[in-house]
Amino acid sequence: MTTIADTPKAAFHRTHRAEWIKLRSLRSTWYTLAGLFVAGLAVSALSMTSSANGYAGLSAAERLAWDPAGLSLVPYIIAQLIIGVLGTLVVTSEYATGLIQTSLAATPRRHRLLAAKAVLVAGVAVIAGEALMFASFFFGQAVLAAHDVPSAGLGDPGVFAAVAGGGLYLAAIALLATGLSVVLRSTAGALTTLVAVIFLAPALSATFPSWTRGLFDYWPTQGGAAVMATVPDPDFPHPWLNFGGMCLGVAALLAVAFVLFRRRDV
Amino acid sequence: MLLDMIEIRGLTKRYGHQTVVDDLSFTVEPGHVTGFLGPNGAGKSTTMKMILGLAAPTSGSVTVGGRRYSGLPVPLTEVGALLDAGAVHGSRKAYDHLLALAVSNGLPKRRVGEVLARTGLEGVAGKRTCGFSLGMRQRLGIAATLLGDPRVLIFDEPVNGLDPEGIRWIRDFMRSLAREGRAVLVSSHLMSEMALTADHLVVIGKGRLIADTGMTAFMRSRGEGTVLVRAAEPAVFSRHLTAAGATVRDGLEASIVVSGMASAEIGKLAAYHGVALAELTPQQPSLEDAFMDLTEDSVEFQGAGA
Ligand SMILES: Nc1ncnc2c1ncn2[C@@H]1O[C@H](COP(=O)(O)OP(=O)(O)OP(=O)(O)O)[C@@H](O)[C@H]1O
Ligand SMILES: [Mg+2]
Repeated sequence: MTTIADTPKAAFHRTHRAEWIKLRSLRSTWYTLAGLFVAGLAVSALSMTSSANGYAGLSAAERLAWDPAGLSLVPYIIAQLIIGVLGTLVVTSEYATGLIQTSLAATPRRHRLLAAKAVLVAGVAVIAGEALMFASFFFGQAVLAAHDVPSAGLGDPGVFAAVAGGGLYLAAIALLATGLSVVLRSTAGALTTLVAVIFLAPALSATFPSWTRGLFDYWPTQGGAAVMATVPDPDFPHPWLNFGGMCLGVAALLAVAFVLFRRRDV
Repeated sequence: MLLDMIEIRGLTKRYGHQTVVDDLSFTVEPGHVTGFLGPNGAGKSTTMKMILGLAAPTSGSVTVGGRRYSGLPVPLTEVGALLDAGAVHGSRKAYDHLLALAVSNGLPKRRVGEVLARTGLEGVAGKRTCGFSLGMRQRLGIAATLLGDPRVLIFDEPVNGLDPEGIRWIRDFMRSLAREGRAVLVSSHLMSEMALTADHLVVIGKGRLIADTGMTAFMRSRGEGTVLVRAAEPAVFSRHLTAAGATVRDGLEASIVVSGMASAEIGKLAAYHGVALAELTPQQPSLEDAFMDLTEDSVEFQGAGA
């Protein structure tokens, strides 16, 4: 047999490559990524056209708060759900088919298998997320310019950070979905929970007790998404802190996922 | 040689209050097909999962080549296991499924082609597995177990649902793996199937070990058979047999069933008395009966013990 230099790094590399082969060999991966761009840019086209048409009716104060970059990143709202599907399927498709047994028999170091999956999800999601956010930005500014409404350039203050932040935000949501999937081990359970976290809880936040307000400063779609604004939001004076808090929450969930993944029978 | 063994010592698994595997000890040795038998729910799959580190034992130990499975650096080169042939992603191509497994263990790509050839799947390597028949899926699962050319192989009910040709293929395959000096553990609830495949038997019931024996020893121990005899004048020949010390009862359609005398002796007796025999057929008690007897005992024993 071949002998294998078994440094932990080489071992991780093998597992990671195997996970990539698994991901790229499923059509659903590519359909999901295509869906991400189609839905993202469609939302961009609709929302930018309506924003541009509404500009004429804005008051002077409202025009001061006009945030062309932030507006063009609004498709993140739908994109986070689709990229969450990607982060989910990497885990739950294996539980649904029973393939997880085969994977763990081939890679019994469970933390290595899950780390490889998480790194893969983060990598794919950050590339896809950044690509979508930049595409959406340029497309959105072109729509605004076509309507003769003030638009932003990538070099304008805060714009690059907001667009790049949008891609990072999407990657963090994909990892959130991966963590939920490991804990819940079912596609339906993970996606329902993800929808509750990113849509339902923010929508209902006003009805929650006041002590939960602090939590929403770091919540997805709420404070966590503040990095995508280029006009200062008085609620979130340091948006990267809010985003950092959200990332810590995701990291905590992943830590729980690692512990459960190691301990549970398959 | 001993490095290729599976050793199970005092293995116990409890789910809540239910003891699914109960203080089980046995070894699986190289060069043999070890049949792992037990009725539904006996704990066969659970035991196999514990061998593979997929389920954690409540107590006891299981090692492969003296090491715990989870400590094997490149497990596919030491153990190949097929627990569930349906455990593939239907929209992945057979080749990609195997390639991912090979890569995960640092095995060269050419191994994928080799195992596809050995299992006769070259023609469908580029097909998505959702279109595979049960037999093809079993072959794909077996191909996966062979990727790392392991010394130990584990199959959970590999012939379930297969047609006679598929069953025969798997049976011959297990035998050839054992001939190559590998240790093969294969579970089943069909005694008759194991009689054709295995040379060693481990029988469990309700998680407890019932028998751990060579196949020939098991066959011998399940009691003497009977001989079915057809003679021109059965009543007369029966008297001769009884006089010679055999026990005789009437069988179907004017046949007689003889016990306590081997067929060769019966033949000689017939020749001596000048009786023409139309049929002389040794009959073994059915393997399934022997198996049922064994496992029934265990159930009763369990009931009395509880
Ligand atoms: N995860 C689990 N949680 C609770 N009980 C379980 C679990 N897995 C198995 N069992 C129980 O353990 C017992 C043994 O199951 P197992 O699958 O090992 O039997 P088996 O011998 O493989 O049976 P079969 O021939 O039907 O495949 C069954 O009663 C089953 O219900
Ligand atoms: Mg079973």
